[in-house]
Amino acid sequence: MTNLLEIRDLHKRYGTVEVLKGVDCSMRQGEVISIIGSSGSGKTTMLRCINMLEEFQGGTISIDGQEIGYETAGGARRRKPEREIARQRALTGMAFQQFNLFPHMTAAGNVMLGLIKVKKMSRDQARALAEKWLDRVGLLSRIDHYPGQLSGGQQQRVAIARAIAMNPKLMLFDEVTSALDPELVNEVLQVIKALAEDGMSMLIVTHEMRFAYEVSSRVIFMNQGRIGEEGNPREMFLKPKTERLAEFLKTSTFN
Amino acid sequence: MDYAFIDQLWVARIPLLKGLGVSISISLASIVAGTVLGVFVGLALVYAYRPVQWLVRGYTDFIRGTPVLVLVLASYYVLSTVGIDLGPFQAGVLALAVFCSSHVGELVRGALQSIPKGQTEAAKAIGLTFPQTFAYVLGPQALRQALPAWVNTAAEMVKASTLLSIIGVGELLLRTQEVISRTFMSLEFYFFAGFLYFVINYGIERFGRYVERKTAVPS
Repeated sequence: MTNLLEIRDLHKRYGTVEVLKGVDCSMRQGEVISIIGSSGSGKTTMLRCINMLEEFQGGTISIDGQEIGYETAGGARRRKPEREIARQRALTGMAFQQFNLFPHMTAAGNVMLGLIKVKKMSRDQARALAEKWLDRVGLLSRIDHYPGQLSGGQQQRVAIARAIAMNPKLMLFDEVTSALDPELVNEVLQVIKALAEDGMSMLIVTHEMRFAYEVSSRVIFMNQGRIGEEGNPREMFLKPKTERLAEFLKTSTFN
Repeated sequence: MDYAFIDQLWVARIPLLKGLGVSISISLASIVAGTVLGVFVGLALVYAYRPVQWLVRGYTDFIRGTPVLVLVLASYYVLSTVGIDLGPFQAGVLALAVFCSSHVGELVRGALQSIPKGQTEAAKAIGLTFPQTFAYVLGPQALRQALPAWVNTAAEMVKASTLLSIIGVGELLLRTQEVISRTFMSLEFYFFAGFLYFVINYGIERFGRYVERKTAVPS
């Protein structure tokens, strides 16, 4: 059986600065992987390569056996046509640090846009799904509110509902609690935990060590553009094998 | 104001009304054409390939750095020397539309660039293509952003329409001047013309406010 996600020798440069120096990673259906590491270690960049928000110069990323973003024909590597890339992006859902809700649409409108325009659903079908998922994140009562009328935590939950309603094979979370006030962090983490329990496959870039410990089936520690160490959360957090990880864990708060 | 003015106004009502109509036509035509062209200019300034961007940037900078009156005169007198023979009305509207497009282009560029990158990324992340992203995410936000400044530009176009009197377009100002040369009531008729321009622009401004209110996003 093919892995859900297969990353092979991923290289990414910004100009002359190499931020990913050969990352390999595979992930099975239903796994929840947290990616930790200090800022600049390449964890967010890796996540953004998976849905082609960043181009990458070397290596391959496949989801369900489909090569993402590039195709190699006759030895030449080419970017796939935009339409194809847009289609592939819908294989994954993404939640961002800054929520990035569309401010001119209601919570329902945000969730429905992709359903109507990408999934070609009718308005009624899309509305029903929006209701379902906004209910799941505890915001059914805010369904007709605009982002400007919601708290940060609520906005992030809508953003997660927007991504998940598209029925992605893999959810990508990019530091989704970093822009939130401390008292709002928990409501968002609860939503992600509930998704994990449903068996959603997730890649989570986070600074919340306690959360990573509790929710993940596996943890990846990124260090200077490479995977520094990976393993189950228990081993990683309690018995780090590398000096680097031990060092990193010492400087991060585990609460 | 004495009755003599009312009498003369009544006598001159037909040419003045016609002038007003011409002024409105000039304004409308140049605003519509200038806006349509300007949206493309703005899109090119943000999204076009570099060489096209530079070309369009040159166009807007050149147009915006040139007095409108010069544009009007050039459009009427210079174009005919290269074999493009436009009547004064067409030449004038062309000049104003070009002027308008460079301003609208800048407005559109500014509005588009003020939208955070995260909006495009979020749209991409749910699988929208670029045209879809533009139509449903960026466009509507840019429109709201640009509206107040666009209303200003529209009002400027109405004022700039008076410049067409120089090349003999029978718009409101030229008709007013003709009436004055007959009646010598310069104060009254200039005030009257000024009042009409004010009414038009006030209407545009109220309309802009109305649309702004209607499209405001609750927060």
